[in-house]
Amino acid sequence: MAEAVSSLLSVDKVSISFGGLKAVSDFNLEIPDQGLYGLIGPNGAGKTTVFNMLTGVYKPDTGTIRLSGRDLASMKPHKIAACGMSRTFQNIRLFPDLSVLDNVRIACHLRTRSGFVATMLRLKRHRDEERAIEEKARKLLELFDLASRADEESRSLPYGDQRRLEIARALATDAKLVLLDEPAAGMNPKETHALSALIRRLRDEFRVTILLIEHDMGLVMEICDRVTVLDYGVTIASGVPAEIQCDPRVIEAYLGEPTEAV
Amino acid sequence: MVARSLWGTIAPLVVGFALAAGLQLAAGSVIAPFYAKLLMDIGINIVLAVSLNLVNGFTGQFSIGHAGFMAVGGYAAGTVTYYGSFLLWGSTHVTEGWLTKGDLLFVGGCLFGALLAALAGFIVGLPSLRLRGDYLAIVTLGFGEILRVLLQRTGDVLQTADQVEKASTATLATSLGGSLGFSGLPYYTDLFWVYVFVTITLVVALRLKFSSLGRAFLSIRENEIAAEAVGVDTTRLKVRAFVLAAAFAGIAGGLFAHEIGTSLNPRELGFQKSFDVVIMVVLGGMGSVSGAVLAAIVLTILPEALRGFSEFRMPIYALALILMMILRPQGLLGLREIWEMKWRKR
Repeated sequence: MAEAVSSLLSVDKVSISFGGLKAVSDFNLEIPDQGLYGLIGPNGAGKTTVFNMLTGVYKPDTGTIRLSGRDLASMKPHKIAACGMSRTFQNIRLFPDLSVLDNVRIACHLRTRSGFVATMLRLKRHRDEERAIEEKARKLLELFDLASRADEESRSLPYGDQRRLEIARALATDAKLVLLDEPAAGMNPKETHALSALIRRLRDEFRVTILLIEHDMGLVMEICDRVTVLDYGVTIASGVPAEIQCDPRVIEAYLGEPTEAV
Repeated sequence: MVARSLWGTIAPLVVGFALAAGLQLAAGSVIAPFYAKLLMDIGINIVLAVSLNLVNGFTGQFSIGHAGFMAVGGYAAGTVTYYGSFLLWGSTHVTEGWLTKGDLLFVGGCLFGALLAALAGFIVGLPSLRLRGDYLAIVTLGFGEILRVLLQRTGDVLQTADQVEKASTATLATSLGGSLGFSGLPYYTDLFWVYVFVTITLVVALRLKFSSLGRAFLSIRENEIAAEAVGVDTTRLKVRAFVLAAAFAGIAGGLFAHEIGTSLNPRELGFQKSFDVVIMVVLGGMGSVSGAVLAAIVLTILPEALRGFSEFRMPIYALALILMMILRPQGLLGLREIWEMKWRKR
């Protein structure tokens, strides 16, 4: 396939089992550059497991994962981040005791070049880099409406801000592909609305591709270009939101089998 | 411009070394020997506490084998100065005072000790790739204990130049005094060298903390999975923290070995000593450089102040720690430095 080469992310027949449980089987996903993709499914369908395999937290038993044509099979998570894929977590994982600014600055570390010696001697290269990192981090915080809280401990942020900070941190790695694991979880409708606008801006301003797991169907249907549906580790549907909404198998997975009309 | 940036690089070192020299000059006249010794003890403990903080405080690994690295450095440095003096000059009592050839041999010995300790740190750091928390603590504890037993099995210290010259290198390296300790080491440690190394330790720790690399260290303790996800090579940095901390502990060992009024023996550098350093780090605040300094000062002076009630020393420590855990579990300063504290009521 000629298109496969131009894909940003190409997942081919990936499976993983935990003990006797086949958590994900024969999962395929092609994500061309640019755009917003959704991964949905009932609880326990294996969505987060897919994220964990993509980012190297789990090693798939079989199948291949390629990012811009590079095989990620044996890479550790930090290498995968360096290849241009970063993520947020379903249960927020910030650096709680560190400042909001530091949370973002740490994500800039993987693009730094000055090592231990340059740091110890405070060489010009190192100082320039530190300045560039701070500038970049503050710009991101500005964009995410967190600039006024830059010096607070990240644990003291309200929940919605913590979620946004995680996205800002993921972007600071200069990722080409950002995986968002339930970004709207725990948000009220107003916050969710603001979030969907923000996610669109990421795509348009940062030119990043986004793959998101979400239970808020309104959000998914509104912003995603394509959606893949998982149920019990198996892909049951894949297509544009309008198709997915009417797919009988998807409806069945969420609502159960239809019974005779009463 | 270049000159200014160079000055920025070396200014803290110059100031620190000048202060160290000042202390050394004062030691001859103004500072009584008792207080000079106390100041040296404080300095050595600062080096130990600040360096252990790189592992326990910055990267959040839990090492309780710091005295083991200190022992590696101390014995290595002791071997260099003691047997080196015999081989070079036929006697261990060749020099008095500053920057003489003996003094320089001693500094070389300390640096050699740092190197060996760093190597040991690398070896002990490797399990930290797979183990965490209590399990890693047990490995570091085991390292200290293995080392203690090995040192106890070494042969007697060779006493004369004649014996030393005839002995092979292997014999010299294993004639470390056994359980009686390495006696007869010349007293080279003085306020100058102690505070030179204190300065270097502090500059390294602070420059690390306030840099991208240091923040990457801290991210490991904060959330290892998230750190990996944003591209921090956690395994490499953990080993690096171990190596760096061990190197400084090795220097502290070298200083301790050549200090007047101390005895370099395996018991002295056992678990108890490791634990003392851990207490300093925990009390000062995990990740706070100035906190570790403060705790090192207080916990070095306290036993002297309590000398009259020495049997109550451990109960008082225990009580202080328990109170600390209840009132301020993050330690005196937490992660912050003393100049970053906002003194407000919670």
